Amino acid sequence: MLRKIRIAIALIMLSLLSFYFIDFAGIAPVETKLLTKIQLVPALLALNIGAIIILLLLTFLFGRVYCSVICPLGIWQDVAEFISGLFKRKRKYKFLPTRNLLRYGILGAVTLAFFLGFTFLLSLLEPYSIFGRIASNIFRPLYQEGNNLLTTILGWFNNYKLYMVEITIRSIFSFIIAGISLLIISFMGYRYGRLYCNTICPVGSLLGFLSKYSLFKVRIDKNKCNSCGVCATKCKASCINSKDHQVDYSRCVTCFNCLESCKKDAISYDWSLKTAANEKGPNSGRRSFMAVTGAGLITIPLAKAKNTAALLNGKKAFKRKQPLSPPGSVSAEHLLSHCTACHLCVSRCPSHVLKPAFTEYGLGGIMQPMMSFEEGFCNYDCTVCSQTCPNGAILPLTKEEKHLTQTGRVVFTLENCIVYSYDTDCGACSEHCPTQAVTMKPYKDGLTIPTVDPDICVGCGGCEYVCPAEPFKAINVEGNAVQLEAKPIKEEKEKDIKVEDFGF
Amino acid sequence: MKRRDFLRALALTGLATTVEPGKAFDMLIQTGENAAGNAYDMVAVMGGEPEVMFRSAIKAMGGMSKFVKKGYKVAIKPNIGWDKTPEMAGNTNPKLVKEVIKQCFDAGAKEVVVFDHTCDDWRKCYKNSGIEEAAKEAGAKVLPAHEESYYRTISLPNALNLKTAKVHEAILDSDVWINIPILKNHGGAKMTISMKNLMGIVWNRGYFHANNLQQCIADISTLSKRPVLNVVDAYRVMKSNGPRGKSASDVVLAKGLFVSQDMVAVDTAAVKFFSQITDMRLEDVAHIANASKLKVGNMNLDKMKIKRIKL
Ligand code: SF4
Ligand code: SF4
Repeated sequence: MLRKIRIAIALIMLSLLSFYFIDFAGIAPVETKLLTKIQLVPALLALNIGAIIILLLLTFLFGRVYCSVICPLGIWQDVAEFISGLFKRKRKYKFLPTRNLLRYGILGAVTLAFFLGFTFLLSLLEPYSIFGRIASNIFRPLYQEGNNLLTTILGWFNNYKLYMVEITIRSIFSFIIAGISLLIISFMGYRYGRLYCNTICPVGSLLGFLSKYSLFKVRIDKNKCNSCGVCATKCKASCINSKDHQVDYSRCVTCFNCLESCKKDAISYDWSLKTAANEKGPNSGRRSFMAVTGAGLITIPLAKAKNTAALLNGKKAFKRKQPLSPPGSVSAEHLLSHCTACHLCVSRCPSHVLKPAFTEYGLGGIMQPMMSFEEGFCNYDCTVCSQTCPNGAILPLTKEEKHLTQTGRVVFTLENCIVYSYDTDCGACSEHCPTQAVTMKPYKDGLTIPTVDPDICVGCGGCEYVCPAEPFKAINVEGNAVQLEAKPIKEEKEKDIKVEDFGF
Repeated sequence: MKRRDFLRALALTGLATTVEPGKAFDMLIQTGENAAGNAYDMVAVMGGEPEVMFRSAIKAMGGMSKFVKKGYKVAIKPNIGWDKTPEMAGNTNPKLVKEVIKQCFDAGAKEVVVFDHTCDDWRKCYKNSGIEEAAKEAGAKVLPAHEESYYRTISLPNALNLKTAKVHEAILDSDVWINIPILKNHGGAKMTISMKNLMGIVWNRGYFHANNLQQCIADISTLSKRPVLNVVDAYRVMKSNGPRGKSASDVVLAKGLFVSQDMVAVDTAAVKFFSQITDMRLEDVAHIANASKLKVGNMNLDKMKIKRIKL
């Protein structure tokens, strides 16, 4: 029964979370966000005291239920494990000694790196973010592909209920990392059950440490147990030592598979302290699994092709010195110390303006979200990313606050501008500018040319996105390392204009 | 998709196929009829609510059934370019759109579709402009236009710069289409009216800006399948900071409406109307003269039969 409940909750959890990540149309209920906020690392980073207390209490009471029904990556491994069960008739686990040195070593290294400002390690190994990246980089495009297929089919029948979406891979690097993570994690789940959770996962190690002291535990009744060892073969955490009637609570992920397996009814999940004598965890381990993590760390040298061709005729390339962090992220520094690159914001951004950084923020900021104006610009009235971040890396903004949040400042390069080079009208930039930080001022022969006022610019990138000048845009946005307050739009006095006649 | 759902989808959409009229037939509908039977070349109305003004305008034009015949598939192209509410006058007034759709159906239209290639996020534009809701209430289908696959290439033999363009299939597959621009100030094109509104039927708008905007706007207006009607919404007029607008102070309640089959004429009239609000010289809105040179229409309003109605 317990096992069934666990499976049911876990499946609901996994489906809702996945859908929240892949939902490009914004139809997932807003409440889904709650599921991201009760993930441990996001809660810690956001200093979400309520969630932290709940999670700790949960662990002290029931052990690592977090790992069995809340953590999407944990549930994903169970799915992989279930699939392997379909292929192999009998999946048999056996008790493994703990690898405490490795586990706590990784936990320590991740924590240390994080406090030294190198968040990348945490991002790379932290389960919620790994899952987030898998969902947004891999599941999402698949879902969109399916949507497009269906749209095409419906289109044949003049049904326009659905619409096409453009499928883009925002960062090859993140895509590859997500792909590798997916392969490694799924493989480990498929072959070794919860090995990842008990050797690498920093959250698993942390909760494992706590759950040694939890109230409810899987307990083996020595008097009933005949040491047949069936339970151990069902334990995907490989933590039951049936010979010694012992369970390693630091590794037990409360999957309850063992409960049903015992023919002697010797295993129960309860709070009684009578078997306390047995609760001495087995000793530390031996082999190193570092190689596995190493695989995730590969870096790809990305040679950026530079357009040197047209520098000749006086055109100027613009090189952004500072990336634009999402509105509400306060500063690049704040972002880097809170974000674990789960890519929820990247996934949910309706304007496709957020993208995982490569080295723009420096090495510690790899995969963290930044604004890039190749595929879109930041919608003036949109606050989706700030409302969606569970880590507090992007703080929530109201629409009014967002209107005054300056993520970057506009820079105009006259030499590249169409109006200047071809003596024709253009003004695409000003057309898109929500604040009129770019306006068209009289130039010559009835033409108008952009003039910019960076103080009222919010850095949305509308102008940069839309500027058709080639090969270099004539208008760009330089990022603010610390987000500033844009000057409010000057309200012109409303003139009372009456139109009395046709005028022709 | 499950077989059952598939069949359901079939049933819902109906399998009745559209009889696609040939090219020659198109030409006949789009241009032939006007010259022959119209009482007026243009009708201008002032002083009422959008739907009321349209009703009297279309009546003076001879009724909707002159333009939309029984069984027609009609495409409607309002301006839905911006994520703005109707009060901000960034997009065509939804009440007007609704009334036009209603009259199309009253005239016997089989299907009415509405779309625009927006500048802001299309879902937000469709929703916040109020047009999606209004159109659906009137029974029209609202089509997406944010993906290249919805567009097909057509050639523009009479154009100067824009020799081909990718035009939304809703226009190409319709029997007739109706252009419902809003009148407003525009930083680049100076004004946006009927012809500028055609940028929203095209996929690659960037090309316009990069290749002499004023000429490209005139060029796209030479397409052979002209709108049967151009209904210029001047109920609320954005006088400055267009086409996006900054604040409510950009908007003037002007209560005007102009209807004509001739895009050049109706745009000329609209600029004159607009210049009563703020200075705007007809010469500076260069696409109008460019289009008239390409014989898209007539700039000389004195030679036209114009009906002026004040409500
Ligand atoms: S100047 Fe450019 S970046 Fe700044 S607000 Fe206007 S469109 Fe956005
Ligand atoms: S969009 Fe670019 S080319 Fe056009 S006016 Fe603005 S800066 Fe110049």
